[in-house]
Amino acid sequence: MGRKLLTENINIPGIQTLEVYRHHGGYDGLKKALGMSPDAIVEEVKKSGLRGRGGAGFPTGMKWSFLAKPDGVPRHLVCNADESEPGTFKDRYMMEHIPHLLIEGMAIGSFALGANTSYIYIRGELLYVYHILQKAIDEAYAAGLLGKNIMGSGFDFDLHLHSGAGAYICGEETALIESLEGKRGNPRIKPPFPAIQGLWQRPTVVNNVESIMAVVPILKMGGDEYAKIGVGKSTGTKLISACGHINKPGVYEIELGLPVEEFIYSDEYCGGIRNGKGLKAVVAGGSSVPILPKDLILKLANGEPRLMTYESLSDGGFITGTMLGSGGFIVMDEDTSVVKNLYTFTRFYHHESCGQCSPCREGTGWMEKILHKILDGHGTLEDVDLLWDIQSKIEGKTICPLGEAAAWPVASAIRHFRNEFEEYVNNPSSIKKDNHYYRLNNISSEVA
Amino acid sequence: MNNENKLKFSDDALALSERMVNRYPEGKQKSALIPLLHIAQAEFGGWLSSDAMDYVASILKITSIEVYEVASFYSMFNLKPVGKCVIEVCHTGPCWLLGSDDIVKYIEKKLSIKAGQTTADGMFTLKTVECLASCGTAPMMQIGEKYHENLTLTKVDEIIHECKATVVEHVTHWTKKEIR
Repeated sequence: MGRKLLTENINIPGIQTLEVYRHHGGYDGLKKALGMSPDAIVEEVKKSGLRGRGGAGFPTGMKWSFLAKPDGVPRHLVCNADESEPGTFKDRYMMEHIPHLLIEGMAIGSFALGANTSYIYIRGELLYVYHILQKAIDEAYAAGLLGKNIMGSGFDFDLHLHSGAGAYICGEETALIESLEGKRGNPRIKPPFPAIQGLWQRPTVVNNVESIMAVVPILKMGGDEYAKIGVGKSTGTKLISACGHINKPGVYEIELGLPVEEFIYSDEYCGGIRNGKGLKAVVAGGSSVPILPKDLILKLANGEPRLMTYESLSDGGFITGTMLGSGGFIVMDEDTSVVKNLYTFTRFYHHESCGQCSPCREGTGWMEKILHKILDGHGTLEDVDLLWDIQSKIEGKTICPLGEAAAWPVASAIRHFRNEFEEYVNNPSSIKKDNHYYRLNNISSEVA
Repeated sequence: MNNENKLKFSDDALALSERMVNRYPEGKQKSALIPLLHIAQAEFGGWLSSDAMDYVASILKITSIEVYEVASFYSMFNLKPVGKCVIEVCHTGPCWLLGSDDIVKYIEKKLSIKAGQTTADGMFTLKTVECLASCGTAPMMQIGEKYHENLTLTKVDEIIHECKATVVEHVTHWTKKEIR
């Protein structure tokens, strides 16, 4: 049984409320932080080795230390709660069930960064979670944990919610900042980075929900203790959103370093493949990361077990590896059509492209159309090569990483499952035989 | 701004708008644009007419084009009238793996409309939407604020039946109840 730092108390009845949260040690981390110097807090986060949990994996403490501090210019901490990466639902789960953990993390982070006003940017569709968070924020204000002179420390801190309105791109930090300024979510050209010129041109740090929550146990236990969990540069625990054809979908907190095979087959986690089927493929870190076939997700190219760490999942580069990403773990059974699954992803990126950069705006649409043509039984072998060509011309040629996010799933599907594309092209009748969609037992035959 | 504009927020909506605007520093009131568009959509029948957008522009003292370019960017804002219940079925990979295509087809057949259309009685609009962070409880759909998860055809029947029996005015993401 792995250690639980974020989800330890999540099933306690009433933990959503301030009273129960405090009864279980809630806001002790903030109390401790307010007695430390801001620089000492940043140092603890650096020592912990915590890496950004939204997908990029950049060291959080280092990101904090880059924040510019010009005299007389307000600074801001912004929480990225715009969780939209297909396969990922951990932040929603955490905010819904233990909202005060986020508020406590925001207060600690804002104190460390010298930010007197901070924002939580939450995706617009999660309105019911917005209400849960607003209720928790109201409670915290009433108890003197937010507002003027919090906990008698002399530190004034206001925390506000900000609702988005449906745009995956706003999970990119500069698009999020644009959106928070009341504009279209078009990513900015960097530099300048948000640490220098972010929200309203002020120095700004944008962190994922899970990263901010992780600061609370790091402060309580100390950065060195936190860093003892995990393997190498993958320290601490990680929330994994597990979905697809598994027996036990849900959010699991794992110690980094858990073998992938154990995560998929152990009853403590995914509980194996549903309906007694075999495993075909896994997208291990949200829709953007390369898909891997069974053999490569369970083992490295050299035959050693693959582990749930940043390094092990990316071992072998994109030839035989993938990425931990956001921890959106999508499992596909032996009957799944990888091509059709890819089509849904490509349609997603086409829909979500902001349209600023031509390679992404046009390329995602072309890829969607070609995949549609193949699935319609009219594909050619040249189409498969054309798909490869288009994705290679998006990657690295856009302002933000949505271009890569759209290209990598296409490249990896062709790299590892080219035979399936060729089968669809050479023998269109095989498309119908393949399960286009997964039939639930209780979905009757009247849908056809 | 259009002087003929007859649209106006309720007192409750005006009070909420002011609270929203006050979340941002002096001179940065434009940041409240998205929250105010959510309120406008709830106040004015589930969609944003150009009059509604002009009205929001007048509250924030920004130009109308600044509102149009934002309203047209985000998928939650409807720029055309919609049914009282907008059924939003997720059809991205993780939901597709667990049967979202079947859910969409079933609702299309049941309501005799295609995705993107509204029923003749103005009761339902069916939309397919991209990932709503409910992959572990797929397939799913959203109506207004509510997530309906682990869908089966029986559940879909029940939800649609309940909408028909209980819904009187537009079910929007932000609702008039929440604005109060």
